[in-house]
Amino acid sequence: MSDILRQLIRDVRSQKLRTFLTVFGIVWGTVAVTLLLAFGRGLHKQMIKNSAGLGDRIAIAWPALTSIPFEGLGRGRRIRVREEHIEAVRRQTPGIVAISSEYNETLKLHYGMKTVAVDVSGVDSSFGAMRNLIPEAGGRFINPIDVRENRRALFLGDKIAKDIFGKSPAVGKTVIFGGSPFLIVGVLQEKVQNSSYNSRDEGRAYMPGTTFRALTGAKYVNNFIYQPVSPSESESVTAAVRATLARALRFDPKDKEALSVWDTAEQFKFLDVFFLSFRLFLGIVGCFTLIVGGIGVSNIMNVVVEERTKEIGIKMALGARQRWIMRQFLFETILITALGGAIGFAISFAICFAVPKLGATEFVGDPEISLSVAALTALVLGATGLLAGYFPAREASRLDPVVAMKL
Amino acid sequence: MTSDIIHMQAIRKVYDTGKIKVEALKGIDLAVKPGEFVAIVGPSGSGKSTLMNLIGCLDTPTDGRYQLGGEDVSTLDRDALADVRNRRVGFVFQGFNLLPQISAFENVEMPLVFGGVGLRERKQRVTELLDRVGLGDRMEHKPTELSGGQMQRVAIARALAMRPDVILADEPTGNLDTSAGGDIMQLFADLWAQGKTLVVITHDMTLARRASRVVEVRDGRIIRDVASAEVA
Ligand SMILES: Nc1ncnc2c1ncn2[C@@H]1O[C@H](COP(=O)(O)OP(=O)(O)OP(=O)(O)O)[C@@H](O)[C@H]1O
Ligand SMILES: [Mg+2]
Repeated sequence: MSDILRQLIRDVRSQKLRTFLTVFGIVWGTVAVTLLLAFGRGLHKQMIKNSAGLGDRIAIAWPALTSIPFEGLGRGRRIRVREEHIEAVRRQTPGIVAISSEYNETLKLHYGMKTVAVDVSGVDSSFGAMRNLIPEAGGRFINPIDVRENRRALFLGDKIAKDIFGKSPAVGKTVIFGGSPFLIVGVLQEKVQNSSYNSRDEGRAYMPGTTFRALTGAKYVNNFIYQPVSPSESESVTAAVRATLARALRFDPKDKEALSVWDTAEQFKFLDVFFLSFRLFLGIVGCFTLIVGGIGVSNIMNVVVEERTKEIGIKMALGARQRWIMRQFLFETILITALGGAIGFAISFAICFAVPKLGATEFVGDPEISLSVAALTALVLGATGLLAGYFPAREASRLDPVVAMKL
Repeated sequence: MTSDIIHMQAIRKVYDTGKIKVEALKGIDLAVKPGEFVAIVGPSGSGKSTLMNLIGCLDTPTDGRYQLGGEDVSTLDRDALADVRNRRVGFVFQGFNLLPQISAFENVEMPLVFGGVGLRERKQRVTELLDRVGLGDRMEHKPTELSGGQMQRVAIARALAMRPDVILADEPTGNLDTSAGGDIMQLFADLWAQGKTLVVITHDMTLARRASRVVEVRDGRIIRDVASAEVA
């Protein structure tokens, strides 16, 4: 055993170039494949995160005009949803985790010398969690008490907060909003959002729906959002929501236009499918990289055996058994593969560690190495090298020593 | 049973290169007793190396019976043959056949590794052998850092390492100048004097005369087998 090890170190040392080439081949293959898949994974996660900026697999519904005549009522009738209808949906639809109406308006906000027009939504306390509106430390979103007691509480997007208050803290300050004093209870934590249905959350303000209705006299919801228990049930839940509203507001439950619904869970499903194919593509590219790398490695191993047939002959002439010679080759291949694999992973890990620091996370995500892919890559390359080294070496060690020595 | 170290009967060797068949040995009978120093002579292409390779079990005969140290080697499998090469014969080649990347010490150590000799014993034996061939101060040198004569002495030390029954040398002086060749021949003579059994191929009749017996091969046959005193 120790003899084999010593022999091995000697051989590796004495064959610097080809050892380097083989190791390089395995390093290259490992780095290429692991990075490819790591970036794919990172991108996938980032896309999910970006989409979740809109909300956590929610559906958004807008009441609109009917398109099918129903019970003697003509088409083109406006569906007007009031808070009581939202209540009815909340009570009557199983499979809904949360629901919140949303009323929209643009109101003037005064603070000191500053006046800005701010898009504001009146919402329920559950709205914050559904839409991933996470408050900065020290603040909070509109809570149920705010809603119950019609409090004049305001939650600000981070961008307006910055426009008005600069670097000084906004929470606890009182502003004049729509002619009434409002207490700022929270500021949105900066978030990634690449889709929205109004303006982006960073530039909006939120207040309790009850307060909003009292302040503006609004009776009809602009839209409402709800969250099904799981994305897979979003379709049936949406159908149930339609049915409830259709009963209350007298429109055909099959009338898709009367209530238009944007189911973001659909988008997640699409993302999942898209990324499955994307990863498949990367996997295939990776496989080809592996094959090319494997061919390189096996070529080198082949040359090695050819180059060393004389050496094998001499060793056999001195009484080395076939097994001994084969073992030496196998050990060498394993060592070279392990070395190449280790270096490759080190490089990949280093790159995956460095990339998030470049500040492109929002677009490409943070690459994430999958250990199973990495292990598989090394295994495949190792096996290739092993096979490529094994058969020629066995052939050489089967020759008569004289023949091997003369080659 | 026979006390011969080498006992060959009707050995034939045919090289089949596909197109043509060359009958390199056409029926060799040869017996070598312990303590003999046999010189094999003959013109180029007569089959000397072929014969030597068969004696050393580096190649297998097409036909005939061969006993090495009383053991019928024509029936042995590959592993057993490897062991025979390792223990019974020590080979010295014209082209040295040292492994170029490793030191003189490691070259001599090689057969001991294959023979399963322990580390301490190996070190002791290798040191002793290299001293004996006058290379005690060159142990860590690579073959490329040695002269031809020195390389051949490393090869001889290697051949002696497993204390074989017989030392086989195929034109050991063929690649050396006269003086280095003389030194090597002297080394063989010394080994013989110490009781070793030697079979050496040579072209040089003055060298052949130092042997106890001269075997002349011509065209795949032994045409003369005499005590060296009788060689003119
Ligand atoms: N591997 C081989 N394949 C085919 N023919 C061979 C092979 N080796 C030797 N021969 C032939 O066998 C014959 C004997 O060759 P061998 O090498 O034994 O001669 P030799 O007496 O050692 O010659 P030299 O003194 O030149 O070394 C020659 O005719 C040679 O061409
Ligand atoms: Mg010859």
